[in-house]
Formats: sequence, C-alpha cells, structure tokens
Amino acid sequence: MSKPVKQIHLAAHFPGVNNTTVWSDPAAGSHIEFSSFAQFAQTAERGKFDFLFLAEGLRLREQNGQIYDLDVVGRPDTFTVLAALAAVTERLGLTGTINSTFNEPYEVARQFASLDHLSGGRAAWNVVTSWDAFTGENFRRGGFLAEDQRYERAKTFLQTAQELFDSWRGDEVVANKATGVFLSDAKAGAFVHKDAHFDIHGRFNVPRSPQGRPVIFQAGDSDQGRDFAASAADAIFSRHSTLEAGQAFYADVKGRLARYGRLRDELLILPAATFIIGDTDAEAAEIAHEVRLAQVSPQTAIKFVEQLWNRDLSDHNPDGPLPTVDPLVGENTISRGRASVRMYRDPIAIANDWRAKAETENLSTRELIVEVTGRQSFIGSPQTVAQTINDFVQADASDGFILVPHITPGGLDPFVDQVVPLLQERGVFRADYRGTTLREHLGLAPLPAPRRSAGPDASTGVAS
Amino acid sequence: MVTVASITKAVLLMPDSLSPFHLAVALDGAGWHPAAWRETDARPAELFGAGYWADLVAEAERGSLDFVTIEDSLTMQSDDPFGPDDRIDRVRGRLDAVLIAARIAPRTRGIGFVPTVTVTHTEPFHVSKSIATLDYVSTGRAGVRVQIAARHDVAAHFGRRALPRLSVETINDPVGQQQLGEYFAEATDYVEVLRRLWDSWEDDAEIRDVATGRFIDRHKVHYIDFEGRWFSVKGPSITPRPPQGQPIVAALGHGGVSYELIAGSADVGFVTPHDAAQAADMVGEIGALQWAAGRSRETVHVFGDLVVFLDRTPRAAQTRRRRLDELSGAEYRSDAHIFVGTPAQLADVLQQWHAAGLSGFRLRPATLPHDLVQITEGLVPDLRRRALFRTDYEADTLRGLLGLARPANRYVVA
Repeated sequence: MSKPVKQIHLAAHFPGVNNTTVWSDPAAGSHIEFSSFAQFAQTAERGKFDFLFLAEGLRLREQNGQIYDLDVVGRPDTFTVLAALAAVTERLGLTGTINSTFNEPYEVARQFASLDHLSGGRAAWNVVTSWDAFTGENFRRGGFLAEDQRYERAKTFLQTAQELFDSWRGDEVVANKATGVFLSDAKAGAFVHKDAHFDIHGRFNVPRSPQGRPVIFQAGDSDQGRDFAASAADAIFSRHSTLEAGQAFYADVKGRLARYGRLRDELLILPAATFIIGDTDAEAAEIAHEVRLAQVSPQTAIKFVEQLWNRDLSDHNPDGPLPTVDPLVGENTISRGRASVRMYRDPIAIANDWRAKAETENLSTRELIVEVTGRQSFIGSPQTVAQTINDFVQADASDGFILVPHITPGGLDPFVDQVVPLLQERGVFRADYRGTTLREHLGLAPLPAPRRSAGPDASTGVAS
Repeated sequence: MVTVASITKAVLLMPDSLSPFHLAVALDGAGWHPAAWRETDARPAELFGAGYWADLVAEAERGSLDFVTIEDSLTMQSDDPFGPDDRIDRVRGRLDAVLIAARIAPRTRGIGFVPTVTVTHTEPFHVSKSIATLDYVSTGRAGVRVQIAARHDVAAHFGRRALPRLSVETINDPVGQQQLGEYFAEATDYVEVLRRLWDSWEDDAEIRDVATGRFIDRHKVHYIDFEGRWFSVKGPSITPRPPQGQPIVAALGHGGVSYELIAGSADVGFVTPHDAAQAADMVGEIGALQWAAGRSRETVHVFGDLVVFLDRTPRAAQTRRRRLDELSGAEYRSDAHIFVGTPAQLADVLQQWHAAGLSGFRLRPATLPHDLVQITEGLVPDLRRRALFRTDYEADTLRGLLGLARPANRYVVA
C-alpha cells in the first residue's frame, strides 16, 4: 500500500529585528502598530495557515557599543499582542517566543494558560534560552545563569510549567448555583516543585485551558537541543536549508522520539523559509537578487563580517575582498544581544571557508555575505514554489514551513493568493480548518487529563 | 485646627459640585459579593473565556464610562487578605488581567483599560512593555493599577525571597509597618522604571532614513540606567513609546505609604471614604503629599471607591443584599463604603462627594452584570441629566478622557 500523501503545515512569521525585512521598500509597513499585526494575522488565516509566529529579544541589539540601527528595531510584548490578535482571528494558532531565563514559571504558565483560554485553545510557546549578562541588565537577577546551565534551566522551567498546567484536571469548576459549590476540589491548582533551579509551592490560579497547555516549540540544533525537542516539544524549528540537510535532520530528530515513548508524528519539523514569487522563475530570480542586495547593503555587509571577526572593521571596504586578518576568538565583544553569533563555533575555520569561496567565485565582501547569510528561500513562479514545498515535505525534509516575508505586513499576500490555492488543489494543504485548536491543526492528539492534581503529598518534581 | 492638609484642601483647585466627574467600574469575577456567582444572571462557568469579559466591557462602554479596572493577583483568591483559604463556595481562579484587556480592547472604541499588575516579585521591564503594547492595541487607552503582594504565599510561588508573614495582627506593629513600607518603596521604584522605559524611546526615534540606511536614530533611544535596592534596569525598552506617551498609573490606597505612592507616582488614586467629610480629608491629605513630592503642577485624580448594590427601589436593593449575604454565610464587609439603594440615590451621594473634592469614582458592582447595567442604564442617564457626566466619548485616549495632556518625554533635550 502506498504511503498516504502528507499534509503540509504552514505558518507565518511576523519578522522584525533582523535584515530579512526590507524596511526601505515603499510597501513596507509598521512593525509596531497593531493594524499591521492584525492585517498580517488575518492574511495568514485567510490562507488557512496553522499559526502565526513571533520571535522575541529582551534587549536592543548593539554593535561596536552602539544600538544597532540598520534593521527594524522595536517590537510589541509577545503575550499582549498575541492576546490582541486572538480578538481579530478565529482559528489561527498564536505562537510566542518566551524566554526561560528572565522569567519565572508561575507567571509564564499563568500567561500561557490565560492566552489559551482567551483564544479558545490556540496558544503555543517557543521556548528559548538566553543567558547573557547583557540581556540580564534589564532584569532583577542580572546575568545570573552560566551559559552551560541554560538548557538545564529551560528543561526544568518547562517541566515546572507543565506541572502548573497539570495542577488542574479540567473538571473542577462546577459552578453549581443551587448547591453553592464553585470548585469540586479544594486542592485544585495545588503544586510543589523543588530542584536546583526552582523551589516553589502553592496553588496555581488558572483553571485548565482548552488545550491543557500551550503547544511547545523548540529551536535547538545542537545534540542537547535535539534531545530536548525530542523529549519535550511538539514542533521544532530547524535551519536546515537544503533537501539533503533537511532530510538528515528530520531523520535524526524523529529517530530520537522512540527513546521517549513518542510516535513520529508527535513532533513536527518546521524550518523557517523566505520566499519570492514572480510570474516566471526567471523573474522571481531577478527579484530575489534585488531583495538580497536590499537586505545586505554595504553597511550591513560590514556588520555581518564584524560579527564573525569579532573586530571593529568599520574602515573595511565592502566592495573589496574579505579581511586578511583572522577573527578574534573568544567572547564576542563586538555584537551584543544577537543569538546568531553563538553559531560561529569556530570563527577562524568559517573565515577561511568564506575566503576560499570568495576567491573561487570572485566575490567581494558584500557579494560573499549575500551568498552565505541567505536563509532557505523558495524562489520562483507560484507553480515552482508550490512544487518545491510539496517535494520537500513529501521527501521528509520537513513537515511544513514557517514562512517569513521580506515586506510586512503585505508580503504574505502573494503566497496566500497564489501558492496556497495550488497546494489546496493538489490535496496537500487544507481547504479549510477542521478543528478549532492549534493542536488539531497540527494533527496532535488531545492531551489526556492529568489523573489527579498534584497536591502537597505528591512526589516532588525533579528534572530528569 | 489649621493643618497643611486643611490649607491644601482650601487652596487646591476644588471641583465645582456642578462640574462633570469621571466614572470607572472595577471588574472582578462574577462581582464583588462572594455569592454573586450564584445569581440567576451570573455566568460563573464563563469566567475563563473571552466572551464574558467582552460583554461586560461592551456594557461599560455603552455607558461611556472612562475605564474599567480588572482585578488580578499572583495567587488564588481568598477570604483571608493575608493568606490562602480552601473554600470551594467562592469564585476561585482568574485569568491574567493584562491579557484580558488586550483580548477585549481591539473590539472597543472609547473605553479605557486599567488592568491590575503585581509589582512585588515581577519584572518591571516585562510589565512596562506589556502596558505599552496594551496602549498600542487599544490605540491609546491603556493604564495600569499597581498592587503590592503582601501575602506570604505569593513569595512561595516564586521561591526567590523569604519575606515576613504579615497578618491582621502584625500589620500595624513596627515590623509589619516596616515591611509594608518596604513593599511600597519597591512599588515606587517600580513605577519609576515603568515611566522611564515608556520614555526611553522618543516619539520620533523611528526615522526609516533610506539615504543613511538607518531604521532608527539611535540618539533618540535612551538607556534608563535605573539602580535601586530591588532591581537595576538598563533599558531601553524593546517597545517604542506608547501612543499616550505615558499610560495611566493608578493605585488603591488606604492611607500612609499608599497615599505617598499615589501622590508621588500615580495619575489616579482610589481611596475608600465612608462619607463626604472623609472624602475631603483624603483629598486634602493626598494633595499635601502631592505638593511635598513636587508634583503640584500635575493632575493626580482622586477617585472614591464604592461597592454598589443597585435596584429600582431601596427595598429591592436591601433585600438583594440580605439574600446574597445569607447565601454566602456572612455579612459582606469591604474596605470601601457599601452603597445599597437606587441609582438616583447613588447619584446624590456621588454629587456630594464630588463637591467634597473627589474628581471621580470607581464603582465595584456587587453582582455582574446586574449592578453594571444599573450603572449604565440608571446611574449614567441620571448623572447626564444633572450635567455631571459625559454624553459620549470626547477624546480618543484615556489621558484625554481624564483631562491629562500628553506629557513631554523626559529624555528629550528641549
């Protein structure tokens, strides 16, 4: 019997603070006015997308000791804007990035449970770890967490939040006016959690929400990150751009699920991708090239080089070759507040690769940066884009994509108007929502209700 | 006896008993009476969904009320103000107030939203951007009511600080008073951080200058460099300057350090007088503190909080109150004056207390939606006939409704 055709999952990332957004385009809209977010969300919902996604950063980025001003700066608070988007959408999932370092489980769990209630079961949480003292300067505890502890804290933070979500079974609010019984269980919400990171107890004051808990996203790429996702996440972002790399990542992560007693379709792999749609493939390629040049201005190119080289290179000529000097290894002092610099694990090796590529292909600094900092991108006619996306998903290189337009909010429209109908016609993407919750859109089974609420006599939660 | 307070009372701009005043409604669960959830028109099973709150706010907006406050806490409700209880006959459980406000605001057009946030244990950086974002999604109708968390069980939900246990016995002794002072000092710092972060972006920081490739003018985005006993915050905010510049800061006070917080840091204070004379005293006391804090050029509204049981006749109101008290098993008590009567009688009281110096009132409906509808369909029309309340929203921001100008940014060099 042939394999049934996989259904594609699609999401829309309202981008912001990196150079994907071409804010200089006359069509570019606001990254802070609510109308921009509402329009974007409503477009995604018109396109029957599974969810909308927001990233987060808790301190304005700096480079060379100054606030970085070349990209979009400024964003709304994640929870607050998602709750507002719940008012202007009906089915679209609402995924927010919330940090496990500069937050406390009780508050975050309250906010997600509330968002899930207020949206009728559409909340999702992308768990991220930042740990740096730079970001910590905005918070009570400063840079209190060692870098190598951040995954442990994230795991136990998530575990603790799960215990809070599960401290209500979901049947306690009986609200019987005649008998006067509001709660069937005087211990509803009772919890205890004690480990190295969290020593908390009491009662969680939000009843169980429609999904039970938010859908959990995670974006780790390291071995630790993949294991974390395999054990605890419902979906994982990946940044693997080619078909082969995507397939390898997919096979690796899905292969880890059995160890945790989970089935392959209980964890979705959803890489991020940009797109350029043209009337023809050739036209799309031309537009894509212009967009890349707009995204990587001469100044931006220098900034990218500085981030890898960890040096001030403001005098470097972006139209000339790459610097001959080697990157400065060690703590990155040039770029602050940017997660991507952690990817440069061996800066000298990467610099050598870049130089080799530039020499072989006769690329200037700027042209090289255009090449190496591009994200996965679907470029072509609507037919080509639809075909490529479907090929990726059917070949198990992903379960779908999180699409990032380079113009906000209107940049999603061409995809929704021209590509989605083709996928629907092929029968690989929904013509309409069937369920009402994000779990249903993602094909995740409903969570079982907890067997009993954890009271003070329950065993203490210890992170495994 | 001549006191600073009595001079201030006389000297401060006293509202004319014939000038209009402001009205807010305090939303909490099914209403402020513990048995409110058992009323026929109550919707207790719907307290944890958006529809219930949307309906309440729509009703409040029909009455062109200035704003709603939404109660919240980082712990389960309790009949004991100093600790948890295990009652099952009361409403227990609630949603985050800021998120309720954000969920409802986009579908409203004029009313303001002042959710309650706890300022003990939480991060001012997070709250600042939450309220700034609420201001964006409501197009300039946001505020925040700051509240300390004096209950010891709240600390255990965070596990970061061991705090002395306050109780009704200890709150007035030196240790209790000292701890209370600490909580309010932290709250004062917290509000300072909120305000600095709201100003950390100048209004025109976003420049989108294609020629130089700059999205913002980095010189118009400022570190706030706040250093204090409970937290230090560098800034700038990640969220640009809110539409109102400074969303409204409100606080409920019962004297002493809480009045200092209102006078020194807030735009609106809620006080709990039980008659016109007390109202006048409270206004005078806060006014004197306001002057001492160097804010005499600013407007600090002082609203009277009242619990209201409203019906078409006084007897119906009394009967309903008695019935609710029987259901709940005890006579309902409050820090605020409990009014039982008709909307017209309430209008008389409000008019009197307004003449005594209060610029507005925050009404706590005994049961929802009943008392809210009595307010919008009974009280408001009566006040309009007396020219004491607006006929429709005359400003499109909450600051505008409260007669507060958009403030200059403290970081702008004139």
